[in-house]
Amino acid sequence: MWSRRSCRYRPDASGLEELRARRREQESALRKARRQQQLVSKRLLREDSLVNGDGQAGVEIASEPLSEQEILQLLRDVQRGTEERKKLLSHLRKGLQHKETQQKFVRLEGSMQVLIGLFTSSLANVQMEAARCLHELSHSSDPAVAEACLPSTSYLLTYLSGHSVEFTELCLYTLGNLAVESDAVRKQLLPQGIIPALASCIQSPHVAVLEGLGYVLSQLLQAREAPTKIMPLVLDSVLPQHMLRLISSNLELGMGVAVEFAWCLHYIVCSHVNNMLLISQGIVSTLVLLLLELASMMSKAATEGLELLICPVLRCLSNLLAEDETEGCKVQIQDERLLVALFLFMQYFLQQHPFLVQECLWLLNNLTADEPIFCSAVLTLDLLPALLQLLSCSRMVTLLALTVLCNIAEKGPAYCHQLHQKAVLPSLLSTLALSDAQVVGQSLELLHLLFLHLPEAADDFLSQAGLQALEQHQDNPQLQERVRALSETYLQPAAASLISCAGASAAVLPSS
Amino acid sequence: MLLPPELSVSLRVERPVLPVRLRTPPRAPFCFSPSRLRFHRQHEFFEDGDIHRHLYLQDILTNVTEVTERSKVSEFCCHIVGCCQVFDTLEGYEHHYNTLHRNMCSFCKRSFPSVHLLDTHILEWHDSLFQIMAEKQNMYQCLVEGCVEKFKSSKDRKDHLVKVHLYPSDFRFDKPKKAKSSTKHRKPPSKLDVSMPMDVNVETFEQSQVDSMEICPSESVENPTQPVSGPISSLQEKKLYKSRIPSTICFGQGASRGFKSMKKKV
Repeated sequence: MWSRRSCRYRPDASGLEELRARRREQESALRKARRQQQLVSKRLLREDSLVNGDGQAGVEIASEPLSEQEILQLLRDVQRGTEERKKLLSHLRKGLQHKETQQKFVRLEGSMQVLIGLFTSSLANVQMEAARCLHELSHSSDPAVAEACLPSTSYLLTYLSGHSVEFTELCLYTLGNLAVESDAVRKQLLPQGIIPALASCIQSPHVAVLEGLGYVLSQLLQAREAPTKIMPLVLDSVLPQHMLRLISSNLELGMGVAVEFAWCLHYIVCSHVNNMLLISQGIVSTLVLLLLELASMMSKAATEGLELLICPVLRCLSNLLAEDETEGCKVQIQDERLLVALFLFMQYFLQQHPFLVQECLWLLNNLTADEPIFCSAVLTLDLLPALLQLLSCSRMVTLLALTVLCNIAEKGPAYCHQLHQKAVLPSLLSTLALSDAQVVGQSLELLHLLFLHLPEAADDFLSQAGLQALEQHQDNPQLQERVRALSETYLQPAAASLISCAGASAAVLPSS
Repeated sequence: MLLPPELSVSLRVERPVLPVRLRTPPRAPFCFSPSRLRFHRQHEFFEDGDIHRHLYLQDILTNVTEVTERSKVSEFCCHIVGCCQVFDTLEGYEHHYNTLHRNMCSFCKRSFPSVHLLDTHILEWHDSLFQIMAEKQNMYQCLVEGCVEKFKSSKDRKDHLVKVHLYPSDFRFDKPKKAKSSTKHRKPPSKLDVSMPMDVNVETFEQSQVDSMEICPSESVENPTQPVSGPISSLQEKKLYKSRIPSTICFGQGASRGFKSMKKKV
């Protein structure tokens, strides 16, 4: 799957615009689905074979839908073996790329049983072609079609312990597509032993098989009932330790594998089923080391798609750090290199994949909340300018960056002193000009911490027209108390002392 | 982004940590206190990343280049004695080998999709002690990997497979040892005849009538080692051939050796 990405057909300019439009549509459909908590996607392995020997590479062979009669005839011919069976099944498979054909097929009495019979035959090439037909059916957007494939699941699972890489891969993707289909399918797959089957299969050395396995698992783990019905079974098996092994080993070849298992781990961790178990298996250090390795790969050429791996890993670490203390020991991370990694990621992905910036900042918040090491390192490694730059990005990014700054300021005078020296105030003044109440509110909190630990910051703030910047919010009910508190506690006394200072110096100066 | 130029993760310099002040609770009206944030799965914070992940999943339509890159080699034969399937790709051969030859019972030549099923088969069909022990204790092991249940009969096991594991009652890899009667109910030929043995071997359908030569019971033979295509007569020919003494065995000095058989050796 991962390796096939680079072979994708590259269209010309007009085709590109079409592609972009399609992508936008896809994206908005996905967003809508997610908001309804129905985010479901399937994967398709499809190989369009060449026409005769002189077919051109890169040309999609158009396939026609089949009528009921044609399907019936094909199946009868296959059973009788009047023609080469593989060719007949190929023909059927191409027809099954069409939804209408899929629907007609499953409605024909006995068709699925025939297909399953072919799927379990001893003729390898017939079996393979039948498997491809089944795979097309599993990918159908019509739930009735996919559910019609249910009788095949016991065989799909049996074949997972086979040794043919291509066939096993196909079975895995088919299972993955079926698993995501409905509750009913999973209610069958679980008693049929899908988890033990996957636990055996994960010991395969083949990258293609492992990636397919990761896909099935990620589909199962996204199910609504997963936290109660599926995750406990998974955590009870050898799957977690293998996942941790596979996510960090052999990144050159196994990137696709790592991506799948990273998402699996994210689904498990954010469901908070038994994170203590994962922690005891060393998930924290594994993931930290992985991020360090990925950061060192940033400079090399092949970084396309890395965000697909980095994103779930960041999420896992952030959530693990936030594990409830009462459930066990608090997770501590103390490797400063992680800080560097995060900033490198943010720099790299700011333009293309801004969503990753907020994910990095979330982890940064969780790291700096309690650990002075990280707060200190932001300052001593000279990362503050980069952090301040983020204050002019999206709302969530700005908010998180402000929160990180508050984490740092809260550590005490030494920190505030550095912040002030490195020009945090001008950036704060810019954020005060924004209209979002939460952003402004967080800025006020930061100002409070600065003024609390570093009185001279109040003076500088005043001299930069800070009071005026505050006053524009004095009528906002969410902000007015804090605005007033800042004015009264720090700014007015500071202003008064400035005046009295001026007065005193005026008194000292000899009147000419 | 304004990062310092020499920044790298391999940087490991011991830096002193700035001194920390003791933490005190925030003073009203200010409420900030550093805290580790936790987001649950459906949180909108994850929306963008999740969408990105799903776009990746959905874009996985492979293209033609994948197939053309599969290396073709000049045709070669399966090297297992008695099998003359021909291949022109290594993957095709690999799949054939794994389906037919890998987990093959050396007693009855049936092959199985997994070592587990093969072991179970050998134990139940070819181990003479098994039947004796089965009289005293539950010996029929559940076929589902990970399930440790054992049963006193094949039928009990099948019931368990169907009820607990939701397996189909005609699961192909759980044939009982007794030979079934070979008459199949012929459905009225309206649509498809599903009862037809789907071993995709015309010969086996024919074969199920007779065959005393075969070691296994005469229900549809799972996986014959003979090649697929070929007229029925050559099949019967091969059956006869099988019952002969192999030409490699000599009985005494006078026996002639070499290619005694007139028929083509496969």
